[in-house]
Amino acid sequence: MCITCGCNPEDTHHHHGHHQHREEVANPRRIKVEEDILARNNLLAGANRALFEAHGVFALNLVSSPGSGKTTLLERTLRELRDRFSIAVIEGDQQTDHDAQRIAATGVPVRQINTGAGCHLDAHMVGHALEHFDLHRLEFLFVENVGNLVCPAAFDLGEAYKVVVLSVTEGEDKPLKYPQMFHAAEVMLLNKVDLLPHLEFDVGRCIELARHVNPQLTILEVSSKTGAGMTAWYDWLAAEAGKRKR
Amino acid sequence: MHEMSITQGVVEICEQHAAGQRVKSVLLEIGELAGVLVEAIEFCFAACSSGTLLEGAQLQIEVVPARGRCQGCQAEFAVAALYEPCPACGGYQVELMAGDELRVKELEVE
Repeated sequence: MCITCGCNPEDTHHHHGHHQHREEVANPRRIKVEEDILARNNLLAGANRALFEAHGVFALNLVSSPGSGKTTLLERTLRELRDRFSIAVIEGDQQTDHDAQRIAATGVPVRQINTGAGCHLDAHMVGHALEHFDLHRLEFLFVENVGNLVCPAAFDLGEAYKVVVLSVTEGEDKPLKYPQMFHAAEVMLLNKVDLLPHLEFDVGRCIELARHVNPQLTILEVSSKTGAGMTAWYDWLAAEAGKRKR
Repeated sequence: MHEMSITQGVVEICEQHAAGQRVKSVLLEIGELAGVLVEAIEFCFAACSSGTLLEGAQLQIEVVPARGRCQGCQAEFAVAALYEPCPACGGYQVELMAGDELRVKELEVE
């Protein structure tokens, strides 16, 4: 039995939770529940967040559609920041540990989570992955979510912020098509800008649409291939992590 | 298809509240803009409830209309899609007052 969330690790259906709030109304056969369906995930996310805060870990949840270049962006970030900061990575994919192998090649500690049929990570999976890291020594945790612009928006993992990666090979109206994700994010990394000369992608229009959905969004234009714009991303990371140092 | 994990959450919540009794019906409250498909929840419910206290239970879903309030001009209006501008002033700072609910309201046991 897991002490944190009360789950049985052998059990794939996690029946943890609490038994209060059981209140019988007029008809004794009717039970008033009034419980938020995502409450359990939010509770576990809160526990993860408390753990990050207690250890001064700056945790980010990287979300995007498949193929936006999240893993390549992360590889370059790790190679260029690993000597300055203590970093760990959690990789989420439906299948394979290909991404975890790519991250491991950078020398940064990594845990792969395979969600199987699941289309998103949840706070419970992340909580257990955290058991494999020495949080005392950690400054940054990057969680690379399953490539999906819909489902991961609803599941808080306990991160400080969501970072949404959008590549210029996708449509510039993606922020309007998947507004929940762009609304939930703190930062948008507009990736693969080295390809702009070959495309008809209107950067100004994309930024305008993203700001409609999220007026406070920080937007950085980057290329994880050429390294363009990456310094601004590292500066943002360092400034935010600095606020969390104990 | 995060409706699958949402529906698993519904089954878990109901099993706890039912405390061993068989569940006849479940009432959910789902906001128009909660980001889930009601049809997908219904589809997943049969699979998720199988072998639990909820097997065969009737699933009732109350869809909550979305209402927004403009932070700029305080106008209140029905929201058709997330993050659309205020119909009165065109501003984008719209607070969703209702329509993002994902809640188990009540259940009936045998």
